[in-house]
Amino acid sequence: MKKMALIASKGTLDMAYPPFILASTAAALGFEVQVFFTFYGLQLLRHDLSHVKISPLANPAMPMPVPMPVMVQMLPGMESMATAMMKSKLKKKGVASLEELRDLCVEAGVKFVACQMTVDLFDFKKSDFIQEAEWGGAATFLEFAGEADVSLFI
Amino acid sequence: MNVDKELDARGLSCPLPILKTKKSLSDMLSGQVLKVLASDKGAPRDMQAFANQTGHVLLSSEEAAGEYIFLFQKK
Repeated sequence: MKKMALIASKGTLDMAYPPFILASTAAALGFEVQVFFTFYGLQLLRHDLSHVKISPLANPAMPMPVPMPVMVQMLPGMESMATAMMKSKLKKKGVASLEELRDLCVEAGVKFVACQMTVDLFDFKKSDFIQEAEWGGAATFLEFAGEADVSLFI
Repeated sequence: MNVDKELDARGLSCPLPILKTKKSLSDMLSGQVLKVLASDKGAPRDMQAFANQTGHVLLSSEEAAGEYIFLFQKK
């Protein structure tokens, strides 16, 4: 059986998609998959994913309906607005929600490893994260990644 | 071709057509045929890759009016 090891290190909406898309698809193709969630990526394992947002700020590649100066992008509420717009676009185009993709990963047997150091660093509560997450560190990831056919840092 | 099951994945984007195809096949018996409808333009390439990786047989892959019809035989 082929194996794929991913590191999910980002906690924004746009960067949350690649690990969940690749993990769920690889599992459907018969891969054994493990995703290691570290630093901001750990946010993707919270029960509630509504805090996962996208920011137009410092993101010049983000297509905007109207050109928006940086001074406007930094105003309060712009991040929530950009996130709502992006989510509505994703839905309209038939792209799965993060919650849906994560559930599909769990269902397909994708193993989620949550970084112990990150939870300690930010004083998070383990109870805020989904119970499917197993806690581990770099050595845990490398044990699996060392045998993997595909290994990506996202 | 006798179709045992049909999946309508039209309107869904990558990777949902693949994930739903996989799910549909998992409830079927070996040798049974699944018909998949999709509109994702990446689907023809992805469905072939799915077949190559999983061993399920892609019996046919057709396009008609911007939609795709795939026939899979479960391995």
